[in-house]
Amino acid sequence: MSAFVQITDVTRVFGPKLSLGEKIAAKLGGNVETRSVRAVSGVTLSVRKGETLGLVGESGCGKSTLGRAIAGILPPTSGTVTIDGAPVMADGTKATTRVQTVFQDPFASLDPRMKVGHTVAEGPIAHGLTTRADARRYVADWFDRVGLDPAWVERHPHQFSGGQRQRIAIARALAMQPDVLICDEPVASLDVSIQAQIINLFLELTRDLALTSVFISHDLSVIQHVSDRVAVMYLGRIVELGPVGEVFGNPAHPYTKALFGSVPKLVLDADELVRFETIEGEVPSPLSPPTGCNFHPRCPCATTICQTGRPSMEPIHDYRSVACHHYKACLGKEEHD
Amino acid sequence: MSDPVLSVKGLSTHFFTRAGVVKAVNGVSFDLARGEIMGLVGESGSGKTVTGFSLLGLVDAPGRIVEGSIKLNGVELTTLSEAELRKRRGHEISMIFQDPIATLNPMLTIGQQMKLAIDAHERVSAAAARSRATELLTQVGIPSAAARLRAYPHEFSGGMRQRVAIAIALLHRPSVIVADEPTTALDVSIQAQILAKMRALARETGTAMVWISHDLAVVSSLASKLAVMYAGRIVEEGPTATLLRDPRHPYTAGLIASLPAMAKPGAPLNQIAGSTPSLLSLPEGCPFSPRCTHASGQCTTDADMTQNGGRQWRCFHPVGQTAPEPA
Repeated sequence: MSAFVQITDVTRVFGPKLSLGEKIAAKLGGNVETRSVRAVSGVTLSVRKGETLGLVGESGCGKSTLGRAIAGILPPTSGTVTIDGAPVMADGTKATTRVQTVFQDPFASLDPRMKVGHTVAEGPIAHGLTTRADARRYVADWFDRVGLDPAWVERHPHQFSGGQRQRIAIARALAMQPDVLICDEPVASLDVSIQAQIINLFLELTRDLALTSVFISHDLSVIQHVSDRVAVMYLGRIVELGPVGEVFGNPAHPYTKALFGSVPKLVLDADELVRFETIEGEVPSPLSPPTGCNFHPRCPCATTICQTGRPSMEPIHDYRSVACHHYKACLGKEEHD
Repeated sequence: MSDPVLSVKGLSTHFFTRAGVVKAVNGVSFDLARGEIMGLVGESGSGKTVTGFSLLGLVDAPGRIVEGSIKLNGVELTTLSEAELRKRRGHEISMIFQDPIATLNPMLTIGQQMKLAIDAHERVSAAAARSRATELLTQVGIPSAAARLRAYPHEFSGGMRQRVAIAIALLHRPSVIVADEPTTALDVSIQAQILAKMRALARETGTAMVWISHDLAVVSSLASKLAVMYAGRIVEEGPTATLLRDPRHPYTAGLIASLPAMAKPGAPLNQIAGSTPSLLSLPEGCPFSPRCTHASGQCTTDADMTQNGGRQWRCFHPVGQTAPEPA
């Protein structure tokens, strides 16, 4: 299948905005912070039509920044994102309504002063998907679709629980009739029992509406559940990409392996103590990432080549790739076990 | 079992607000043995944090403990004066909070803060305080601890700050540590390091812990005993693995079944319908009954704790029992 969403060599750098005076001071060797953070660094990725791509990684790995670049909310410093061949951004602004986003915090993403019905209707009216006269019925249909009482369109956000607000946020995104849905940690702030409701809703809607989606989460069990393919990020780069079953069943990158190893598993079989497989050290500061492979200071397999040569994404087979000099050794080890 | 270090009986903490009485904690009882780690799990608003605060006498107005007893090493805490409580807080019982940046004073170095914490309960020389602080920082896994005493909190990462908070909680070798979601704000790789550390420390020092968390997987790998809270009550308690494998209360069963790890990828998850009730207006009897598939007319009255083989549950229609199913 061909790429529906194509992300080509996307890089996003965040740096301090310097005033003219500061620029001069920096030139003259003054003490001005000029370092910048490469939140996303040369990411190339494609999402096929109708699939859910999981984007997973620890905080600061750039998954949200990449998600925003795909959603057309944040212009990349370089690189392009296209949907079905058409760029999502033009001249630094969003150029399409075909991609919509559901954000993590349903308390911050809804205007507290606006009736939720208006919040959902705003976009569709502006883009001619419905008329002002017909908006109420249009919104009520979407409320019904996401499991909310259509009579609630008259209410304000504070009258809803976290789970209900996330349903409203989903309704708002879907009312724009997008082809692509970006979900940025949509269940991270919800309780377990509510999380299950929202995940079920997501699975049902992506299937029924044939949506293509990018699902961002730090929670591996959620990613494993909803995704078809998964991309693992570390310090702004994708280190491993492949079908969810293969990546989880037999991780190739040492970081993926270590990440999966450190997730607490639900212990059901015995009263024995679990052994924690911990990764040494912490994620380095993105202000000064390591040379060579970003993961080499924490990697058990690292050799001298990892300190100097940055590994590129190499295909393992048709559907799977990894950025590691030594992945064969890692994969091999697993098979011997 | 030997005498418990911490024994809580019928603890109720209510908040008297303008909107009405919020019954945050309602008749909570449990015992904790030396070196034992108990996981206190529940969703937001279930009263687990207020329970933790109550144990240290940290509940502020408009809230107060309205009923019940908290015995720490045989001493009743609920009737103690504030001055007497202060002597015990940080000494015999201490707390680790979720957010380490809010726990540490940004204006003092780590060394100064640890010295203050030591001075609060003991008279020791500066040199002795320094060596004790260094020792504990080393124990919780902070590299070059002696040098780090001169660092300020902002110079540490989130995971390192939480280690400092843990080291401070351990300064006086307390009998009990109440840990309120201490790893929730941390990344999984850092969380694993801290969980491993805490478990080792509990074993080495004999410190008992109440580990408050919403994450069943975290407590299942850490605690030997679990207490599940719902709407201010403990609805089920028992040995961790047994309870998770074979839950009795329908809420516990629903909670476990709703985890993505329990379902086939892509298949719909088991969900618990509805949401948690408002603590201002709890339903009659069992607070879970409006969401419960097992509920019957009987559930509008209060169920007692059923004790059975080292575990207990508060339900008329427990899961996995041969009791007749209600129509």
